[in-house]
Amino acid sequence: MNEKYFELSNLSVGYNKNVLIHDICLDIKKGEIVTLIGPNGAGKSTILKSITRQLEIIGGQVMFDTKEIRSISYKELSKKMAVVLTERLKTELLTCHDIVATGRYPYTGRLGILSKEDEDKVDEALKAVNALDLGNRDFNAISDGQKQRILLARAICQEPEVIILDEPTSFLDIRYKLELLSILGRMAKEKGITIIMTLHEIDLAQKISDKIVCVSGDHITRYGTPREVFKEEIIKELYGIDNGFFDPMFGSIELMKPEGKEPEVFVISSGGTGIPVFRELQKTNTPFAAGILYTNDIDYQLARLLACEVVTEEPFEEISDKALGRAEELMGKCSRVINAGVPIGTQNRRLKELLDLAYEQGKLK
Amino acid sequence: MSGSKNTEKTESIESYRQENFRRRSRYTAVFITLAIAFFVIIVININSGNVHIPISRILNILFTRSGDPKEVDIIWRIRLPRILMAAMLGGALSLSGFLLQTFFENPIAGPFVLGISSGAKMVVAFTMIFSLSLGYTMNSYSLIGAAFVGSLVSIGFILLVARRIKNMAALLVAGIMIGYICSAVTDFIVTFASDSDIVNLHGWSLGSFSGMSWSNVHITSVVVGITFVLTFLCSKPIGAYQLGEAYAQSIGVNIKVFRVALILLSSVFSATVTAFAGPISFVGIAVPFLIKGALGTSKPLVVIPATFVGGAVFCMFCDLIARLAFAPLELNISTVTSIFGAPVVIYMMINRRRGVR
Repeated sequence: MNEKYFELSNLSVGYNKNVLIHDICLDIKKGEIVTLIGPNGAGKSTILKSITRQLEIIGGQVMFDTKEIRSISYKELSKKMAVVLTERLKTELLTCHDIVATGRYPYTGRLGILSKEDEDKVDEALKAVNALDLGNRDFNAISDGQKQRILLARAICQEPEVIILDEPTSFLDIRYKLELLSILGRMAKEKGITIIMTLHEIDLAQKISDKIVCVSGDHITRYGTPREVFKEEIIKELYGIDNGFFDPMFGSIELMKPEGKEPEVFVISSGGTGIPVFRELQKTNTPFAAGILYTNDIDYQLARLLACEVVTEEPFEEISDKALGRAEELMGKCSRVINAGVPIGTQNRRLKELLDLAYEQGKLK
Repeated sequence: MSGSKNTEKTESIESYRQENFRRRSRYTAVFITLAIAFFVIIVININSGNVHIPISRILNILFTRSGDPKEVDIIWRIRLPRILMAAMLGGALSLSGFLLQTFFENPIAGPFVLGISSGAKMVVAFTMIFSLSLGYTMNSYSLIGAAFVGSLVSIGFILLVARRIKNMAALLVAGIMIGYICSAVTDFIVTFASDSDIVNLHGWSLGSFSGMSWSNVHITSVVVGITFVLTFLCSKPIGAYQLGEAYAQSIGVNIKVFRVALILLSSVFSATVTAFAGPISFVGIAVPFLIKGALGTSKPLVVIPATFVGGAVFCMFCDLIARLAFAPLELNISTVTSIFGAPVVIYMMINRRRGVR
């Protein structure tokens, strides 16, 4: 496989000669899915518009398959690169089939009449996005999710090596988001199509992408695999999050923890039973403490973000006096104790002591 | 499971093939209807007027050029060139509108509302009077040339406005204003022209197909013919452009070149019309809209020829009414095209508001 396939070196992009982002260096391999993430207005779309030649490149260069992109004619480029854009199509009286068929433009003759082969490619593309039944429908009469699939089919129909998508999942409900991304994943893996896109949903970006590009301020702050990039601190910094949390493990986003330093409620839970309780307390803005949680417990991942204090124990160890002591101390401050459900086994049997104490104090709910 | 999926696939392809057949039949039906209307209106047009000539004699005169010399004269010297001009200029005007609508991505764009016809009119009036004062009469080519320059001046202004204002409504207002300014300047020029010029200019500046000669027909058929062929050859990029500039470029259209081509083609069309018949309103908007509706598609490959024929039929029909409605008085062609065209445009706008978006 060609190592230098799509390479941006020292690229500067922007509008009207004003540099917005400079020194962009990316090295994209064939068949990779590369996702640009970053706050609104960071210039992700500007980068995409520059590498698709909609915007003049201000400095540096883009090498595509051994050629500088500006030396490739529009016609030649159109056989290698297809786009799905954010702007909405203003069509009149065109069917979805007509829209998809425009993808055959680079291959048809002077008058653009479709051959039998072109027709087959259109059908194939419609099939790839599960939209064969939409072919005869007027493009204006279908839903946003369907439109996005049709536009993707149009891009596929162009038989490109690279598809560039600007926020392809905006306006889509969760089912269509998943469907669209799984089609993209399939295109990349089965056909070796390179996919470069921007996404707002960082959780999805994490799951679909081979490489992540963080765009912020006037430069690329990070470029690497999701594993390297999706760290709590990196994401917090990238988006300037000071009003919530990002959980790198599941890519989920949490709102701020309840205000107040002293816990009012103590939650005892295990294996996920605590999560809905934590969220409920977060919503009512009730400060709480949680424990005793093993640090490999799923509840711990959320508790550490939302609770004012979490009493923890090392995985698979018996509960120590220290942990139990701290838990009792915290429970003393609370007016309420919630048992969200915890199985008592040999390792954590001392939790029973905690529960009994809460019961005696009349705080257990 | 996979078996049922397969049948599902063939079913939907089958339904697509049926749909395709249905669409082709619809296109054919529209073209046949247009062709019949075209010939019927030509016959009626020749047939009617102050001097009534029965159809059998018309055919005889048309094909053998023999018969009553007076009738031959009426048909060959007066009615036929006028009909042919109405047909060609009507087609040209409609296509000019279609091209402008493509360019501005706005179905209400047209040479008249954007002030392009008025710009052409102004420059034609100016050069006409100027050359007459020097003792020259302008030939047809210099008329078209002057109108072309005027069209480009108006479009230039509109493009300047369009660069600053992205709003389509504002653009149309700008066009209408340019139209008023150009008309005012034209009136101003006409006021200072000598009496003998005014007689000619006045009728022309309101729009009319009367007084067309065979030399007009020859020149128009060359200019409009070539421009039509070039436009038809642009069907493919026009189709791509309907998706918007960015998509068009991504499938290989050289946008800068194509935009210039669109402007030049539509200007030649509207300039030719203005040079010979003066400004004619609403045809450029109404005809493409009606044709697209009839065909059920906006694909340029079928819309371009159908719009041309449709425009021809529409203008011949309007000219017929202009001649006959209050004969022997003749109406301005714009009066008639407005009566039929403006309601169509109003309907369009209401429908668009209520419609998909």
